[in-house]
Amino acid sequence: MVLELQPQAQSPQREQVINDFALMVATKNGSGSQTSNEVLIRSLFRMGIPVSGKNLFPSNIKGLPTWYTIRASRDGYVARSEVTEIAVTFNELTAAEDIQNLPPGGVCIIPADWKWGQSRTDIVYYEVPVKETVAAANVPQEFRDRIANMVYVGVCAHLFGISIDIVRQALLDTFNGKEKPAMMNFGVAERAALWAQENLTKRDPFLFEPMDKTAGKILITGNEAAALGSIFGGLTVAAWYPITPSTSVIDGVLDYKHLRTDPETGKETVAVVQAEDELAAIGMLIGAGWAGARAMTSTSGPGISLMAEFTGLAYFAEIPCVVWDIARMGPSTGLPTRTSQGDLLFLYVLSHGDTRQVVLLPSSVAECFEFGWRALDLADQLQTPVFVMSDLDLGMNIWLSEPFQYPDQPIQHGKTLDKISLEEFFAEHNEWARYRDYDGDGIPYRTVPGTDHPRAGYFTRGTGHTESATYSERREDWVRNMDRLRRKYDTARTLVPQPVINFDPSKKIGIVSYGSNDPAIIEARDRLAAAGIQTNYLRIRALPLNQEVYDFVTGHEKVYVIENNFDGQMAQILNMEISQSLTHMVSLSLGDTLPMTAQWIVDNIVSQENK
Amino acid sequence: MPNALGLERTDYKGSQSTLCPGCGHDSISNQIISVAYDLGLPMHRVIKLSGIGCSSKTPAYFMGRSHAFNAVHGRMPSIATGATTANRDLMTIAVSGDGDTGSIGLGQYKHLIRRNVPMVYIIENNGVYGLTKGQFSATSDEGQKLKYYGVNELPSLDLCLEAIIGGATFVARSFSGDSKQVQTLLKAALSHSGTAIIDIISPCVTFNNAPDANKSYPYGKEHEQPLHEYEFIPVGYVHPREEITADYSEGDTIQVEMHDGSFIRLKKLDNGHDPRNRRQAIDVLERAQQEQLFLTGLLYYEEPRPILNETLRLVDTPLAMLPDEKLRPSQDALESLMKSFM
Repeated sequence: MVLELQPQAQSPQREQVINDFALMVATKNGSGSQTSNEVLIRSLFRMGIPVSGKNLFPSNIKGLPTWYTIRASRDGYVARSEVTEIAVTFNELTAAEDIQNLPPGGVCIIPADWKWGQSRTDIVYYEVPVKETVAAANVPQEFRDRIANMVYVGVCAHLFGISIDIVRQALLDTFNGKEKPAMMNFGVAERAALWAQENLTKRDPFLFEPMDKTAGKILITGNEAAALGSIFGGLTVAAWYPITPSTSVIDGVLDYKHLRTDPETGKETVAVVQAEDELAAIGMLIGAGWAGARAMTSTSGPGISLMAEFTGLAYFAEIPCVVWDIARMGPSTGLPTRTSQGDLLFLYVLSHGDTRQVVLLPSSVAECFEFGWRALDLADQLQTPVFVMSDLDLGMNIWLSEPFQYPDQPIQHGKTLDKISLEEFFAEHNEWARYRDYDGDGIPYRTVPGTDHPRAGYFTRGTGHTESATYSERREDWVRNMDRLRRKYDTARTLVPQPVINFDPSKKIGIVSYGSNDPAIIEARDRLAAAGIQTNYLRIRALPLNQEVYDFVTGHEKVYVIENNFDGQMAQILNMEISQSLTHMVSLSLGDTLPMTAQWIVDNIVSQENK
Repeated sequence: MPNALGLERTDYKGSQSTLCPGCGHDSISNQIISVAYDLGLPMHRVIKLSGIGCSSKTPAYFMGRSHAFNAVHGRMPSIATGATTANRDLMTIAVSGDGDTGSIGLGQYKHLIRRNVPMVYIIENNGVYGLTKGQFSATSDEGQKLKYYGVNELPSLDLCLEAIIGGATFVARSFSGDSKQVQTLLKAALSHSGTAIIDIISPCVTFNNAPDANKSYPYGKEHEQPLHEYEFIPVGYVHPREEITADYSEGDTIQVEMHDGSFIRLKKLDNGHDPRNRRQAIDVLERAQQEQLFLTGLLYYEEPRPILNETLRLVDTPLAMLPDEKLRPSQDALESLMKSFM
């Protein structure tokens, strides 16, 4: 078959909407639509159009509804869009509602095989013969169901201006260059595009046009970025237990640990142990960190709950390890496949007694990479567990990014004494006490097992201990130790990633946020400014907070704390930490299971400002 | 007299025990000290691990120069897994109890064995919770009486049987009152390359030492039935009278070569148990349980399967000792990787 696909003639009656709309694909989970959706994203990426994708999927292997939203934005906005103009309704269980949700002027692409007719008169329908197209493409029987989704790829390519050659390239990208599956899929997409060319008349205004906004950029998920960051950060022991939405962090470690495989022997420098549960996973990390490894796990809220006791031990016995929390909706099992920032407060004070944890808060895939290596450095420097709270949206969705920057500092091992430096330490101090503060920063010096020195050994325990690591029930010893831990936590304030501040003294309104809300806030601030509401913005990148955050919060007439949990947890932390009344601070917390949108922020701030 | 490393026995001691006078655990700590001194263990390479409970306090009471980690209840196995994965050169001696291993830590115990983490795992088993003052444990014998909790009506868990079923390659039971046997088994366990389990009945003089209690001193002294007589022949040692050959069986004597080249020689006693027979080991333990026999000795031994480090195909250098250039791929590696995401 020789195809000559023509660019779609432009719609005569309406103004075109170019590179600024969202397309939603509704299918059944496990139906193979992930490939089709990735091909659409990669096609737009290849066309140079800023693009983002959000997968709204069920906690299910096969059969339940799944929605995938692809947003093109010529202005480079990558947050979730509240409105999707185009719906590919390929799931008969949800199609009625999906059609209902379309705005007037929207587009519905629906299988003709269903013979549903057209219930709305204010949208454009394109009915496409899915079964016939697949049948005609001569696809082996066992692939037919899964490949049927390529029909909408072909139809969308034709209707919205993606050249079929770009689709072919995107398919090769998706299948890592493997010709056979790529071309089998392409056969169906191409046939569908040809059918659309011959049978459909474009009646909608939406078009993709090539731009130059993605050259040199990458597409990657936050979880893959976290894995890569860890591998470049010297990760040596990863122990984990599978849990959605964190599993792909460890999958990433498995995929890329070959970067660290010893070229001569083919042996590994990264150990990946699948534990029997999260209790064991964190225990393995702590054993490894204690013995001098750079150890990391990834989990989600329920796993964090199980890790709580061991975390207290690591905090109190001062053992480095890194825990990625790819947060999902809780409490309890909650919604495993929906995004949330609801673990923030829990992480902040995780474990019983007086504990204070270090929590990094990446907002982009680039920061997932950076915090991947930085967290391992910080854990060693501070001799404490370091948490990194990402979320399902950042971790599992595919994001556009600048290529990652190589670490700008050598690997940091902190105050670890080897045989020689321990000898020097004795020469200088006439002693070495494991938990004594020699430098005034609260961070003690440690040795690791295997250090060939008769005085290197010490006893690690979660019970009360003296500066020399001997058991103690004396209250003076207890208080001195807790005072030092507090001093260490204050040192952490200066070592963790500092807030990113966008400040102009003439602006009276401040926005405080963190994590994956960032894209929505960037877009919202532009829209607010256009509406005459000027805002400053501080993005928190870690707990504990520092003076800059306090100054920002207290230095505005009005401060909005925007976050994606139900209780406004960062606002609670600010209220707890800042010793003055914060009546000017407004907590705007979403927590409705979906990623933050600019529309939600604009609506809420405008309504507050109009009060 | 100094040992091979020039150290005295006192160098292998730890701090003063805070357990009850006469506690079986203190006797085991003393056997560990003797064995470490005899074998000339390099203390900087030894790590001592434990969970929570009376038994888990004891690593403070031996080999004070070694690194030690007193972890959380029942989860010493995961600490051991992490530490030995980080540094394959460490020699791990872990002490746990029947509550720590048989109840809260049973899952971690079985998974540790499954992974074959290289270590000596000592269970100081007294059939009672001591630190919380006398509750039943999972290894309390059926019919056992305790002051506040009455009679135990649940079957007891045999941690050696659990270990054999779980895939352990070295499983022994002993009695803290039988110091010679404890020492021999400890030496053999230290020569084993995988997980070596030694369940040592160690009476609790405060809460479970009535003469009719199966884990009491009087009962143990009277009822202990060793399966074999043992002789441990360390690596490099040539017996003055005989030539050593590996793994021979001659009549009632079995000689097994350990991973490091040491030998353990067993002389079978009345029951004729061959510890290389897994089925027989299980039968022996089930019969002991049914007939309330107190059988001690090497219950099961097999050629070690790969240890966890080998299963993970790790480099020979301990991960914790890798130089920075082995820990971070090059800038070129990152740049070419980034191109693959474009």
